[in-house]
Amino acid sequence: MTRPTALDARLVVARPGFTLDLDLQVAAGEVVALLGPNGAGKTTALRALAGLTPLAEGGRISLDGHPTHTLPAERRPVGMVFQDYLLFPHLSALDNVAFGPRCQGAGRAEARRAAATWLERVGLTDHASAKPRHLSGGQAQRVALARALAVRPRLLLLDEPLAALDAHTRLEIRSQLRRHLSDFDGATVLVTHDPLDAMVLADRLVVIENGSVVQQGTPGEVGRRPRTDYVARLVGLNLYRGHADGPRVTVEGVQFSVAERLDGPAFVAFAPSAVALYRSRPDGSPRNLWEAVIDGVERHGDNIRIHLDGPISAFADVTPAAVADLDLAPGRRVWASVKATETHAYPA
Amino acid sequence: MTLSTRSTPPTAQGEARRRPGRSGVSGRVPWMLLVPAVVGMAFLVLPLAGLLARAPWATLARRLAEPQVLEALRLSLLTATAATAVCLLLGVPLAWLLARVDFPGRRLVRALVTVPLVLPPVVGGVALLLVLGRRGLIGQWLDDAFGVTLPFTTAGVVVAEAFVAMPFLVISVEGALRAADRRFEEAAATLGASRWTAFRRVTLPLIAPGVVAGGVLCWARALGEFGATITFAGNFPGRTQTMPLAVYLALETEPEAAIVLSLVLLAVSVIILACLRDKWVNSP
Amino acid sequence: MSRRLFRWAVAAPLALVLAAGLTGCGSGTADTSAPASSGGAAKTLTVFAAASLTGTFTELGTTFEAAHPGTTVKFNFGSSATLAQQITQDAPADVFAAASPATMKTVTDASLAGQPTTFVRNRLEIAVPAGNPAKVNGLKDLADPKTKVALCAEQVPCGAAAVKALDAAGLTVTPVTLEQDVKATLTKVELGEVDAALVYKTDVIAAGDKVQGISFPEAEKAINDYPIAALTKAPAGDLAKEFVDLVLSPQGRDVLTKAGFDAP
Repeated sequence: MTRPTALDARLVVARPGFTLDLDLQVAAGEVVALLGPNGAGKTTALRALAGLTPLAEGGRISLDGHPTHTLPAERRPVGMVFQDYLLFPHLSALDNVAFGPRCQGAGRAEARRAAATWLERVGLTDHASAKPRHLSGGQAQRVALARALAVRPRLLLLDEPLAALDAHTRLEIRSQLRRHLSDFDGATVLVTHDPLDAMVLADRLVVIENGSVVQQGTPGEVGRRPRTDYVARLVGLNLYRGHADGPRVTVEGVQFSVAERLDGPAFVAFAPSAVALYRSRPDGSPRNLWEAVIDGVERHGDNIRIHLDGPISAFADVTPAAVADLDLAPGRRVWASVKATETHAYPA
Repeated sequence: MTLSTRSTPPTAQGEARRRPGRSGVSGRVPWMLLVPAVVGMAFLVLPLAGLLARAPWATLARRLAEPQVLEALRLSLLTATAATAVCLLLGVPLAWLLARVDFPGRRLVRALVTVPLVLPPVVGGVALLLVLGRRGLIGQWLDDAFGVTLPFTTAGVVVAEAFVAMPFLVISVEGALRAADRRFEEAAATLGASRWTAFRRVTLPLIAPGVVAGGVLCWARALGEFGATITFAGNFPGRTQTMPLAVYLALETEPEAAIVLSLVLLAVSVIILACLRDKWVNSP
Repeated sequence: MSRRLFRWAVAAPLALVLAAGLTGCGSGTADTSAPASSGGAAKTLTVFAAASLTGTFTELGTTFEAAHPGTTVKFNFGSSATLAQQITQDAPADVFAAASPATMKTVTDASLAGQPTTFVRNRLEIAVPAGNPAKVNGLKDLADPKTKVALCAEQVPCGAAAVKALDAAGLTVTPVTLEQDVKATLTKVELGEVDAALVYKTDVIAAGDKVQGISFPEAEKAINDYPIAALTKAPAGDLAKEFVDLVLSPQGRDVLTKAGFDAP
């Protein structure tokens, strides 16, 4: 599926001790999630797109082929949902949504009609006259979305759209948001540090660390082939960088047999559940096998997650029964192995 | 002098929702706070009690009916209100400029704005004469070009009162603006609002309590203004003689009349402020 | 417990207020230091005098100090009415020199002063800005509606005198302002805000070059007598009497007439 590129930007923002520099292309109708740890520059990127933070030398933004970085924020065809929504506390939900159309020159009645339509779409017709302080978190989030969409933007920006919600509301709002985003025909950029939000909502992930892009791709690609420790932690994989020589990858002296054939620098990734632990050295191939010391033990869902230290550090998920049988406690020496079929190698 | 404003809007809806109805802190009021508080209250209230104790109640009604008293009261209310309007019109934009626009010399301008607070009002009145008087820098030109002279006119009273009262408004509105969350203005910008629209439709409603507080302070200061008024606008019944001027002159010959006038001024201002407070400050 | 606290909380400010009252809440500008105890070497004489006497009395005070080594003369200059009021409120004063018999009467009526003596008289003059831009020549020019005139308010002595003089001349003058005291009236003339004002001759002289004085015959009808008296409760005792004597002496009269006062 090829869609025309709606947003084509190079975002350069310079601050003392921090530089953001990233290329971003988003197709019409596509949802891109900027994912990254705190302080990576996600929100700065979003503010730069909205025109709230000025671009430095070399930065540019074009929307549907028109340069917009020269325009002030109020003239850009951009809608933004802020992290804590920033609904105007003195205006009703309806007037909050009508604010944008009014600013775009619509008459009072016309703007309110448009706002009512948007509120209906997000299912809040009953709360049209409520002041923001009387709305629940989920309702406020939907009003904020309606308000941003009511200006009929070509680019929709969402800053941590679900972060302010409790777990239950989050689940519900996430799926509603997914539906609204797929109805939107412009480009969408959302910022999140929650991998689940990113996977569910976005067509493509752009991972930012320290102001630059470290990895991008579909949620599936990024999930299967993490390229940084941060991404690996997010998607819950053990990730190592080593050297490949045909069907083997060597990482810190440990040899992994892998399904793929590669040469040169390579990543090896496997799930913690693919690791098996033994009290004594198992027979057979010396590959995919290393001796480790247990560093920590914690609950992880129904299983127990073991932190392993050794030539390589790794997580292993085992059953509680195994913990009892093998007497797995911090400080104990164990042998760890992983099946070749469960490892995944790709060029670094 | 403390100028407090209650203008900070809740930054997040979530925060506002979670705010508990009543603070859970209980227990006795600490005496370290109670004693100074009571002394402070007594300090402010006792002079008023003194006025009440010395008031000539028997002749009160007769004195109140004197046309000069009503004339002075009418003039005081009129000029204080007009001065407050002038201060709002000029002072709110000035406060916005000081709070939101980074321009060279901003600190100096901020310091200069407070000059009327420090200046003895009589000196302020002389300064106004030097600028707006018949032979003043601007006054001369006003006189030549339009035949307008401000001294000894009701407009002159408004000018003198506004000069002395405006800092109260500017300081309190600037404080409110600084305390207000600027991101609401950013949100307005992303919705297509120009800075003017954002100010008018978002910022101003958000800082309304601060503006009202500043306006009330400003009005109260204008109502009690004496030195700058008598120096710049002179004293003539019905034209420039406001209540404080009438009180001062009554004090020369008839201290009892001065007390009556003071009580009238006090009563009227307290009633008006109380009504305003109910309407504005407690409404949200 | 809280009741005791309450009682304490009420008592404390009351004590404070009482203390403030005892240490002299009376005067605004006057010296509030306690009167020197008699018998001590250093003595202080406190003189309450009308504002129009500022220059001359300061000079006489220096003369008095020279004649009485170890004595300090302190002045409280102000509106006569205000001073009289402060004295009746027990402000610590030794001598009172007023700009009108009426204000002195408030003090003598309260038996706070002995028999007052008129020591000088002051007459009104027309004060005009330097150069006399409105070409004022006499009292009747003040009745011209095009002439902006400042008068003292009737409640203060110079205002009362102005009314008397204008009545004597049979003139109706509509001033643009009724000022609270002579100095304020004179300021309006100095700055050219008014074309003319009626003030005392002494004030015109004190104002120097910025103001010109024009004398007029009707001023005879509105001569202002200045009474002086030692106060009965004078903390400085006999010194008060001696200061009054100095003012009434030929030496004192000389200083006063040079400043534009008339001898009584």
